[in-house]
Amino acid sequence: MQSTNAKSKMNCQRRKFIGRAGAAAAMLTLAPGVRLVDLALARPADEPASDKVRWGMLVDATKCAQGCTECVDACNEEFGLEGMGRPKTDAQYIRKIDLKDKTTGKRYSLPMLCQHCETAPCVDVCPTGASFRRVDGIVLVDKHICIGCRYCMMACPFKARSFIHENLTNQVPEAPRGKGTVESCTFCVHRVDRDREPACVEACTRAGHEALVFGDMNDPGSGLSQRLRELPNRQIRADLGLNSGVRYHGV
Amino acid sequence: MRAAPAVLSWTLICATGWMALAAADTPMPTPPRGKGEQCVEATDVMRRDHMRFLTHQRDETMHRGIRTQKHSLVECLECHTRKDTQGQFLPVNAEGEFCDVCHDYSGVTMDCFECHATTPRQPKPASARSSAELGSDISFRLRITP
Repeated sequence: MQSTNAKSKMNCQRRKFIGRAGAAAAMLTLAPGVRLVDLALARPADEPASDKVRWGMLVDATKCAQGCTECVDACNEEFGLEGMGRPKTDAQYIRKIDLKDKTTGKRYSLPMLCQHCETAPCVDVCPTGASFRRVDGIVLVDKHICIGCRYCMMACPFKARSFIHENLTNQVPEAPRGKGTVESCTFCVHRVDRDREPACVEACTRAGHEALVFGDMNDPGSGLSQRLRELPNRQIRADLGLNSGVRYHGV
Repeated sequence: MRAAPAVLSWTLICATGWMALAAADTPMPTPPRGKGEQCVEATDVMRRDHMRFLTHQRDETMHRGIRTQKHSLVECLECHTRKDTQGQFLPVNAEGEFCDVCHDYSGVTMDCFECHATTPRQPKPASARSSAELGSDISFRLRITP
């Protein structure tokens, strides 16, 4: 895992830990596991996202509760996702998957979402450049450019993307959504840009599961990097060599 | 012959008066006032260039993550939406509301609000989709590779 990401270099200058002694102290005083998201830098609103950062997530499937949908509900609330009565085509940014090993009978429950791949197939195939990877590793759809061809949906190995089939009303301000465009998990980029963690992570922590950890994979001191070092974890479909930003433990 | 200048000046006065009257008769759009004294730019600049500001900000935010408030569409809503008698926000593009008044007058269609919110975030009735309705896609095959 460490070897695959060429950009995964320590960047202490960026983090400016000394200058952020207060933040570090705040992290240390919390009990381990209580505050798992690293306290990201307060990036000024007029400063662009940095390629020194790579946002990522660890899903600890051993803590993910069967039947719990806190993350999914929080996502729907955050983005104003509403069903059209057709579950097969309704928009979903994150979904819960229950798996069973047929040989052993062992059951797994885990959330599946956009894996924010470094070499994202959706970005590769997009004919208009609407599907793009931001410098900090978040894969997004620019709906102003999206023509709704859905190549990206076919290319995605994780079935992470949805298409909007209907005219919509009552969108939420931070999540513009409209007919004829493709959409997927944005890692709650509007929150991340304001140094907040994604809604699903917040909800999971609030529910006491702490199965989701969000943070900067490039920062060896981040809560996420620490957990990635401690816990055995894997990429889903690692064989595709996508270097995904979402890693799973216990799957 | 002596009357000619008088006639000419009389004609001029009439013409000027008629033009002034005509200008007063031309219906002009009167959008509802936003909050505060002054928009983020001078009013004439905003009238002429608001779409350029919005398009520029759009790309900066979408692709570079710059989230300054000055030319943000979300911030427009904060000042330019009004509430109805029940205290619910009226869509900014609804008839007679801020965007609609001038755009209706000039016959220019807005595409913004096919996707973008027309009101600031307000608590919604419990119509949000439940996760049960969403369903989990069990048919999804998670291929475990050694």
